[in-house]
Amino acid sequence: MVPEDCLFTKEHEWVYREGDVAVIGISEYASTELGDIVYIELPEAGAAVQQMDPIGTIEAVKTVAELFSPVSGEVIEINQAIVDHPEIVNRDPHDEGWFIKVRMSDSSELDVLFSHDEYQEYLGEQEDD
Amino acid sequence: MSATIFEKGMNGRSGSYLPPNDCPVGDLDLAAPRRGEIGLPRIGEQDLIRHYVELAGKNYHIDKGMYPLGSCTMKYNPVINEELARLPGFAGLHPAQDEADVQGALELMHRLERDLCEITGMSAFSLQPVAGAHGELTGMMIARDWFRRRAEKRTTVLVPDSAHGTNPASVAICGFTPKTIPSNDRGLIDPGALAAACGDDTAVLMLTLPNTLGLFERGIERIVEIVHGAGALVYMDGANMNALLGIVRPGAIGIDIMHVNLHKTFATPHGGGGPGSGPVGVREHLAGLLPVPRVVESGGRYSLSDDRPETIGPVHSWYGNFNVLVKAYAYIRSLGGEGLREAAENAIINANYLMKLVSERYEIAYPGPCMHEFVASGSGLKRFGVRTTDVAKRLLDYGLHAPTVYFPLIVEEALMIEPVETEKKETLDHFAGALSAIAREAQEDPDLLHKAPVTTPVRRLDEASAARSPQLCWPGGCREP
Amino acid sequence: MSYVQNTDADRLAMLERIGAASFEDLLEPVPPAVRAGAPLDLGDPMSESETAAHLRALSARNIPAGEMASFLGGGIYDRFIPATVRYVLSRSEFYTSYTPYQAEVSQGTLQAIYEYQTMIARLTAMDAANASMYDGATALAEAMLMAVQVKRIPRVVVPAALCPRYRAVLCGYAAGKGIEIEEVPWGEDGAIDPGALAAALREKAAAVVLAQPNYLGMIEDAPAVSEAARSAGSLLVVLADPVSLALLSPPGEYGADIVVGEGQSLGLAQSFGGPLLGFMATREAYIRKCPGRLISATTDLDGRRGYTMTLQTREQHIRREKATSNICTNEGLMALAATVYLASLGEDGLREVAVQSASKARTLYRMLAPLGSVTLPFGEGFFQEFVMNVSDPAGFAAAARARGVLAGIPIGDGFPALGAGAMLVAVTEKRSLADLELLRDIAAGTGGAR
Repeated sequence: MVPEDCLFTKEHEWVYREGDVAVIGISEYASTELGDIVYIELPEAGAAVQQMDPIGTIEAVKTVAELFSPVSGEVIEINQAIVDHPEIVNRDPHDEGWFIKVRMSDSSELDVLFSHDEYQEYLGEQEDD
Repeated sequence: MSATIFEKGMNGRSGSYLPPNDCPVGDLDLAAPRRGEIGLPRIGEQDLIRHYVELAGKNYHIDKGMYPLGSCTMKYNPVINEELARLPGFAGLHPAQDEADVQGALELMHRLERDLCEITGMSAFSLQPVAGAHGELTGMMIARDWFRRRAEKRTTVLVPDSAHGTNPASVAICGFTPKTIPSNDRGLIDPGALAAACGDDTAVLMLTLPNTLGLFERGIERIVEIVHGAGALVYMDGANMNALLGIVRPGAIGIDIMHVNLHKTFATPHGGGGPGSGPVGVREHLAGLLPVPRVVESGGRYSLSDDRPETIGPVHSWYGNFNVLVKAYAYIRSLGGEGLREAAENAIINANYLMKLVSERYEIAYPGPCMHEFVASGSGLKRFGVRTTDVAKRLLDYGLHAPTVYFPLIVEEALMIEPVETEKKETLDHFAGALSAIAREAQEDPDLLHKAPVTTPVRRLDEASAARSPQLCWPGGCREP
Repeated sequence: MSYVQNTDADRLAMLERIGAASFEDLLEPVPPAVRAGAPLDLGDPMSESETAAHLRALSARNIPAGEMASFLGGGIYDRFIPATVRYVLSRSEFYTSYTPYQAEVSQGTLQAIYEYQTMIARLTAMDAANASMYDGATALAEAMLMAVQVKRIPRVVVPAALCPRYRAVLCGYAAGKGIEIEEVPWGEDGAIDPGALAAALREKAAAVVLAQPNYLGMIEDAPAVSEAARSAGSLLVVLADPVSLALLSPPGEYGADIVVGEGQSLGLAQSFGGPLLGFMATREAYIRKCPGRLISATTDLDGRRGYTMTLQTREQHIRREKATSNICTNEGLMALAATVYLASLGEDGLREVAVQSASKARTLYRMLAPLGSVTLPFGEGFFQEFVMNVSDPAGFAAAARARGVLAGIPIGDGFPALGAGAMLVAVTEKRSLADLELLRDIAAGTGGAR
């Protein structure tokens, strides 16, 4: 799930499309900004999610961020490994550190997300602020 | 590294502190008795004292050096006040004793309430809240019940973005919804933005004055007018009251509810995280809502009264942190009105002076005169790969305590510095000198900062592992070293 | 007395450096209209000797319970406090330090709290304890909020035999979130009526509160209450007397989910009711829902053991309105007092405190039982405190007071069902057999007619 093949949200989630399934994680930028991730709360498999709903929590030592679902649909799998070992996300946010898989109910929702290049541009603007 | 008391408690030599039991225990037949040991130490007194003295040696404290934590007002804690609070006539009182036997205690509380009214311009005070956040919560309960009694449904509390985290948390416990008011480019509440945010649904504006940037809200008159115009109340977090003693009386400028922190402004010690005391004051129209019991005086006799039909009820098991009240009262008597004003003036001069010195090496977030504290930024050191936390840790190597860091959140790489009035000029020079030297080190040898501290009892701690798998209790037995 | 050390010359030099002509220049941001018009009317400053004399005079107008034969309890007890506790508390390395935000220079405070957490967890037989709460009443209120947060049911069941002030504080905390509090009456034995508890639990509740012993001093059938809570799907919140835990089965062993209590008994002066020490312990599963600070052991860069505040994302300074609580300043120094107290007395000493308190309370109870002037509504199933009824509690208290005895707390107002003459009598290890005999003689002498 190399970053170049992913789509991104303003809240720094990435999405990798596998047919009608969206694999979701957080960007390298987000994992670096958070610092050492110590605790992750994810929705349960089977949960229905709406695009940009807060569906989980990512805690670092002195900060906490919400996980937003980039797409609507049903959670079909969660990555238990990152719940047990949150440091995986810091180490490998784009591969081993994926969060959840969602079966999309409307794949056209992907159209509003950033491409990799657009996301890089967005990050550049954030830095300038 | 010190072993825990449990590891040291292996000699089975507990002291004997009680006389022999002169009553029979033979048939003490308790349902469901405890089986097995608790796991408390058995340690001789000398080793016990050595253990806690060893731990004491690992603490930074005001009696050791300057403690420039912003918004914490770490001033000198007069030792006489400790002595007075320990008098058996104060420390030995049971709260349910007959009023006739506690007249001195009740008089002290009554006098302290009146002193706080004089200092703040509020009409009435309750001494019951035992911490700043507890005072905030009490204040929000008062606001909640005030609107409930008037059958007004107001659910929003406006909180500036520079507020302490306790403010929104206290608001939420009371069932209100906090709404953030952004600061303007001068670090102040923008009256226009406030007016736009204030409406029929607004219950309270909760502001800190001076705010956490150390700035006085220049538009305070207009701010109060806007909030009152919307039918809402103004709550003042008085954590920074040290800047206003004898200078501004919040009750006189329309503040409806406020708390003060006796453990900040009135020189009572922080105890490594408490006990504090956060009395709440209100203006006349809200006086009936204060927590019960109230201390009342009649013909020179003092008593406690629960007879307040509008009260929010008690917020503490008894009357608050009485022992802290004794110290604050002694402090106010020692300083008098004149001394309190002198304290505020020196706190302000010290802060402005230190800001001037620090500004040579660090960016000041909001230039211009500050009140009792100011916020500098370590962002200029980022180009050397140095963060504010590194500066803070390096200060420890200089034998100093760090300022409050990364707060307020609206300043990048914030260093929030409050020198307080009891520090003298030379101490401030020394502190500023250390900060300058560290800025130089950041440029010349940033690794020195990354590795800091190296002279402290332990070095930087692995907080991530602690948060991933916290070890909150000593797992071993009392006899295994 | 001034504690300012700057001289006039210092101030002039500082103002010059600032670039201000006078102090007034620095007040430029404060609009003239909001400045105080007159100096504070607080009297002249006092010298240290004057302040001391004034405070000593106020103190002299009090007659401390600690110097009388006190049978006052109700949460605050006259216990023996080893000198070690006062000594450690008077070390300014502890009492003038701030919250341990810079862990590297706060290892003393941090390790002491870690030891405190360990002792509380062991006393209660729970997995973990926090670094302290304000007092028993607010600790119970926070436990209620925590249980409601875990269960997402805005209703709790509490015993009617609960300290009236605690009940009132609970109501204040409950009102904001619309939490309903239902009371369960006590039965003939002064303990929770099991039938009434079962009835109260027909409707879902986030938690059942068990006071052990309850406010009337009685020891509850904890396993039965626990089982009722468990089968109703409620959490069990136990409000425990910490000294009683040396003798009674600890809450962790009968299924408690959250244990709170008042820690004044653990080496704190009575101090007119404050500062107190709220303690809270819980199961591992709920640690992230717990309010207040938590200290964890960890290691430093060199691999040495050290201590740090942890799980801070629960707290107000990070999670703001979504925090588990608004608590910030707690009762850290009082937790240190409890730690030194428990370490001084140790395993055997704490047990002895509990045994002496309970056995002396029983001795007094049996001395009073035959008297015609006193009624004892409940049996001997108490820990160290029991209810007695006299015909004229005010007269009885006054007669006792005249002989240097504080006879008990009148509780008839708060509990009309007990009768107007109800008093709560507490007996600690500090009472001697002679004290008990004195109270008996006073009771026998003043009674007569019921």
